[in-house]
Amino acid sequence: MSLAVRHVSKAFGGFRALDDVSLELEAGALFGVIGPNGAGKSTLFAVMSGFLPADSGEILLDGKDIAGLAPYSRAHSGMVRTFQVPREFRHLTVRENLMVSAPGQTGENLINLFTRPGQIRRDEDRIAGEVRSILEFLRLTDVADLPSGSLSGGQKKLLELGRALMVSPKLVLLDEPFAGVNPVLIAALTERIRELNTRGIGFLIIEHDLSALTKLVPQLAVMDRGRIIARGAPGKVLEDPVVREAYLGGAS
Amino acid sequence: MEAYLAAIGIVVLINVLLALGLTLQYGRTGLINFGHVGSFAIGAYASALLALQGVPLVICFIAAAVLAALAAWPIGLISLRLRDDYFAIVTLGFSETVRIVITSERWLTNGIQGIPGVPRLYERIGVGLPAQLAVLATLVVVVLIAAAVIQRIAKSPFGRVIEAIRDNEEAVKALGKDPAGFKIQVLMVGAALAGVAGAFYAHYITYIVPDQFGPIVTFYTWMAIIIGGVGRISGALVGTAILMLFLEGSRFIKDVIPGIPEIEMASIRLGVIGIALILFVTYRPQGLMGDYTRR
Repeated sequence: MSLAVRHVSKAFGGFRALDDVSLELEAGALFGVIGPNGAGKSTLFAVMSGFLPADSGEILLDGKDIAGLAPYSRAHSGMVRTFQVPREFRHLTVRENLMVSAPGQTGENLINLFTRPGQIRRDEDRIAGEVRSILEFLRLTDVADLPSGSLSGGQKKLLELGRALMVSPKLVLLDEPFAGVNPVLIAALTERIRELNTRGIGFLIIEHDLSALTKLVPQLAVMDRGRIIARGAPGKVLEDPVVREAYLGGAS
Repeated sequence: MEAYLAAIGIVVLINVLLALGLTLQYGRTGLINFGHVGSFAIGAYASALLALQGVPLVICFIAAAVLAALAAWPIGLISLRLRDDYFAIVTLGFSETVRIVITSERWLTNGIQGIPGVPRLYERIGVGLPAQLAVLATLVVVVLIAAAVIQRIAKSPFGRVIEAIRDNEEAVKALGKDPAGFKIQVLMVGAALAGVAGAFYAHYITYIVPDQFGPIVTFYTWMAIIIGGVGRISGALVGTAILMLFLEGSRFIKDVIPGIPEIEMASIRLGVIGIALILFVTYRPQGLMGDYTRR
């Protein structure tokens, strides 16, 4: 699924969180967006996923403008986001978190509950199978029946990814997947993302922390104060003096 | 004495129906509905007015459920996109609006004079104990059906989604599901239960006035589910039973402790309930039947 962000701007009062941002992602891309805190990365995600309306500009999915679509419709059409702070359904078990995420379930209709129990059971069996394979893929099988609220921060990030996968996404927007995750899990997560990407799922990853991301993505863009100030291969971009000035600031 | 016990049983079960509706709405979905009594009032008046027109009682009861649910629908449409606290205010406004409309539309509801002579259930059996027991039995059956329906909903994929909504609505949206649709359905099912409760109430009390449908009814229901354990069907039952038994039982305090005038007694009862509620949320916030999320 290709994504095009064209001349998108978004202001909060006088503060321009996004200032004429443009991005092009081909289907199946693995793309990173980095930038210091407050650069506008999360706002960009919120606008792309429909949680915030853009002031101007357009967002195209496979060439179609999605400006008018609610967040759930955007997810439905194949672009699924995760959140910077994990939003697990904390009273549900890990398994239930994944089960609930499966789209188009017969048993989500109240009438069907009383008229089509057989179909619901077949649905549940099928979804349970999918969930098992995702739990295995993400190495979450051992914690499958714990309340998700009791997971570690890193496991919650894996769960967020797992829930997104349940929707059969074509493009996943990951909001700081490595933040607050221990190094061992970062390695696992990186490897999972790479593997999913080889299966054709596109990823757009926002990260504050450079090291994990630059190893993962072949292409990235750098944001600062609402604008994209550089883009290209990680090695080249990080050498860019403008980026060093903005991103590393006083540190260099 | 048997008649008195049967009467208490009837009142408890009517309130259990209300509590079951709120269990689904708040306990399972997290909807802070402060206007439950509005649906109760619509059910009571709808059924009473239709019955006085000679409509068969079965149809009156169905109409009570349907009208209460339909009245909840626009509330849902207008307000489910609001934040929790604003939703609570809107629902409170809804129930007060219902009460004021009932009070002022005298051509339909006879205003504050109310509607006397609402036909009883099983009138042919008479007004004695047998008729009361028949009403009680009917209520037991209806409560069991309602509990089974809520149980079915809670244990289904639908039930999973509403729990997810309660835990994090934004994440539900991000996963491609529209929370508003689910919340409207939950609101309507809960309102239908309150509507049926209202119908039972009208045909049992036989005389309804707007004053019986103040916010205190809503808040008694809230107290009941908090005491019993929010989200649990058994909690709705036990909590309502305890609250109602206390409200009834405290009538006899004046026999034990003489010298308290009736008016002050009412205040004392409310005070004691208030203290009990504070103690409950402090020392047993999960309610008597426990937190249903701990499985």
